[in-house]
Amino acid sequence: MADYVKPLPVPEVETEPFWAACKEHRLDIQQCDDCGKFVFYPRAICPHCHSASLTWRTSNGAGKVHTFSVIRQSAAPGFRDEVPYVVAVVEIDDAGGVQIMSNLVNVDPADVRIGMPVKVRFEDVTPEITLPKFEPA
Amino acid sequence: MSPYANYKKGAIVGAYEYPLRSAPGKTANQVQAECLFAALEDAGLGIGDVDGLCATRVPGMQPIAFAEYLGLRPTFMDSTAVGGSSFVLYLLHALDAIAAGRAKCVAIVYGSLPTTEGRKIGARTAASGGGEQAVTDSFEAPWGIPLIGTYALSAQRHMYDYGTTPEQLAEVGVTMRRHAGLNPYAKYRDPITVEDVVSSRLICDPLHLLDCCIISDGGGAIIVASPEVAARCKTKPVYVMGGAEAQQHTSGGYRDFTVSAAAWSAPAAFKQAGVSHDDIDFCMIYDAFSINVILTLEDAGFCKKGEGGAFVENGHIGLGGALPVNPDGGGLSSCHPGMRGMFLLVEATRQLRGDFAGTERQVPDAKIAMVHGIGGFMGTRHSGITAILTNE
Repeated sequence: MADYVKPLPVPEVETEPFWAACKEHRLDIQQCDDCGKFVFYPRAICPHCHSASLTWRTSNGAGKVHTFSVIRQSAAPGFRDEVPYVVAVVEIDDAGGVQIMSNLVNVDPADVRIGMPVKVRFEDVTPEITLPKFEPA
Repeated sequence: MSPYANYKKGAIVGAYEYPLRSAPGKTANQVQAECLFAALEDAGLGIGDVDGLCATRVPGMQPIAFAEYLGLRPTFMDSTAVGGSSFVLYLLHALDAIAAGRAKCVAIVYGSLPTTEGRKIGARTAASGGGEQAVTDSFEAPWGIPLIGTYALSAQRHMYDYGTTPEQLAEVGVTMRRHAGLNPYAKYRDPITVEDVVSSRLICDPLHLLDCCIISDGGGAIIVASPEVAARCKTKPVYVMGGAEAQQHTSGGYRDFTVSAAAWSAPAAFKQAGVSHDDIDFCMIYDAFSINVILTLEDAGFCKKGEGGAFVENGHIGLGGALPVNPDGGGLSSCHPGMRGMFLLVEATRQLRGDFAGTERQVPDAKIAMVHGIGGFMGTRHSGITAILTNE
């Protein structure tokens, strides 16, 4: 784990609960108490209605691929030697279809399709950080 | 004619694009300065006339640094950093400043030498830009998405929603290359076919190498002047009929990946200009990737959402077609030093002045052009700046 060289998230006040939940292998997503819409990325103010009242909901992590790209050339640290890899935007089923970007793993890039069902898979990449990735459901 | 309050309150009176695509032995400041002096000469003005300066580069604060380089003291400056579209935004802001009496002669300048400096554009991670570092650092960079990948997300979804094909995307690059063949300074001038594009290697699916802009050195300058200054210039003035600025972003987690910021900036610009799509003789669109042109044409209302793939087929956006786009060869074949907005303005101005009259590159009888710059990252967050230019 000490040799994890890929970019790591930097939890801040507004996003720390999301990363803390990931560390416990939970996918927590905010829902607005006023307009009922889900919100991603996490923040203190609902971008849909500007309410400051948001509640964390725990998702079961099931979703569908909304769009994706197979990355075949990359200068990103740690990713350069792992091409091809898949970056996907996933709609989370039990969170109003809210979109989350991540990697799609345990899949042949040639088999990825928009609409394919996927589920979250947590990877403990450092002692502090767990990343929510997705794999075919 | 135009209801825009700044219409004819100022004009583009000088325009210049650096002719070389590789400038070894020079610095970006040198190229930028050469472009400024050449644009002033084009206008028939001198450096002493300049009282406004707009510029951007990475890192920022470019108007201060470049004023220092040339020993200038401009009293209006703008370095708003909204990506490669920034120069189109400076044109609108310069007109605001001139109309308000804050400046009489604004220079918008650019110089960038990624070829000479060995810098890669586009393969870098999306985390290195986009204007919201905390978000990109935490929710995008960990997945290794490069800049090109963000455009690929939009192209992939557009293909899914509307049946757009790789061959239709390829048509954009083929047309730009045909135009580049008419531009002696374009970096790549040999004709290519749809088959060449779709058989070039995939960079980020579904975008092939020849769906991506080139990397070159380059520079340019535009001079925007008050009517009083314009009256003593030797060029035919080019006016702005309307313009608007917009953003597209992740929309709280409900992004339509097939809609770009042009969906907001272009209708506002058209309304301000008081013109319709039939009035547009040609377009300058920031073609960082083939998908940009398709999305922009749809979002600007030249065709319905989803019909952009068919719209670019059969030479429709080529010289001689119904709506020529980027007669200079665009970023896909002519010139792309990182921020292409400058060259949209230079080519639009020169076309509207009839500088290429008598050659195949000239859009015949061009009177009104739409210029649209995209800055940033298509599938995450970007700016869209639209300006409607005219010679009347």
